[in-house]
Amino acid sequence: MMYWDLFWAFFVANLLGYGGGPATIPLIQNEVVNNYNWMTLSEFGDLLAIANALPGPIATKLAGFIGFEIGGVLGATIALAGTILPSAVAVIILFKFVDLFKDSAEVKLMTKAVQPIIAVLLAVMAYQFFLTAFESSGIIHLILLTVLSFLTLNKWKIHPSLVIIGALVYGGIFLQVA
Amino acid sequence: MNPYVELSIGFARTGLTGFGGGPSTIPLIEYEVVKKYKWMTEEEFGDVLAMANTLPGPIATKMAAYIGYKVKGNLGATVAILAHILPSIIALIGLLGALYAYRHSPIVSGMVLGVTPVIGFMLAEMAYGFYKKGHKGLGLSKMIIFTVISFVTMQIIGLHPGILIVAFLLSAFFIARRKKKAAKTAEVIIERKEKSL
Repeated sequence: MMYWDLFWAFFVANLLGYGGGPATIPLIQNEVVNNYNWMTLSEFGDLLAIANALPGPIATKLAGFIGFEIGGVLGATIALAGTILPSAVAVIILFKFVDLFKDSAEVKLMTKAVQPIIAVLLAVMAYQFFLTAFESSGIIHLILLTVLSFLTLNKWKIHPSLVIIGALVYGGIFLQVA
Repeated sequence: MNPYVELSIGFARTGLTGFGGGPSTIPLIEYEVVKKYKWMTEEEFGDVLAMANTLPGPIATKMAAYIGYKVKGNLGATVAILAHILPSIIALIGLLGALYAYRHSPIVSGMVLGVTPVIGFMLAEMAYGFYKKGHKGLGLSKMIIFTVISFVTMQIIGLHPGILIVAFLLSAFFIARRKKKAAKTAEVIIERKEKSL
């Protein structure tokens, strides 16, 4: 049941991604790459690169694209439903009890408790991308591009989409695969 | 103007100008909702945001769902969510479709390689962001212990992250609950002491 798998993968990843879209990236990767083998890690990386260069929420961009690749428009709709519906319905229902939850000590501690897990998942993914870059482009390009990423994104606060475009142009010129 | 048109314009604009994922679009949504269309006061918006943060799932779509619902019921919620997410999804499918079609060309393969370290860096930066938040919220020693536990169970033992997350969420819930109870009993004891004096 491909459509059911699509729904389930995105439902699980978004339910567990406590703390908004970016926290769900490693969980989506886990389902899509490790669990269901819909994409390779490097394909997922390309997707993440382009998705990061575009505006809009990251979790729905990933769900929309992956769902479309696997099952066309219906696939995209189902993956998006798994991503959005459960929390959208819950937020509307729960608002009636807002005062019970807003400042609850339980919720505050739960949000904090998940952070180490997400940090480890993201760090491991980062390591895998650096390793791929090292194996296919060599240490010099890897260091140069990483330092440039740090300077442009972190120090000079240049827009991420410009940095991604810059890296695409750099790769297209200097890293052509013979 | 028709409220559905307003919802569409407001949420399409925030979807198209918010770079860096859902959380970074929150100030843009606030601008449309509070200042431009006056669907809510600033306090109401703050309440909805606080509450939406207690639920799992993407934050921007939760906000769109609630605000759309408040303005025009279920249909309003649907319109707001679709206006917010569809433009960027369609752009992504178009761009990546083009990239995939030429994926065997040497130039496109090179472009993909060029972007790989940038993604590595972006992910590392996000990992550091979560680590820093955890450090601030949990304290250094607990953060290090939990990070090591997470790394060992997921990467070395190979446990599904979901199991670990549920375990952490449940423990956090019960620990917070016990602390609350303990604080209450302490209050009762103090009250009794004051009375007996």
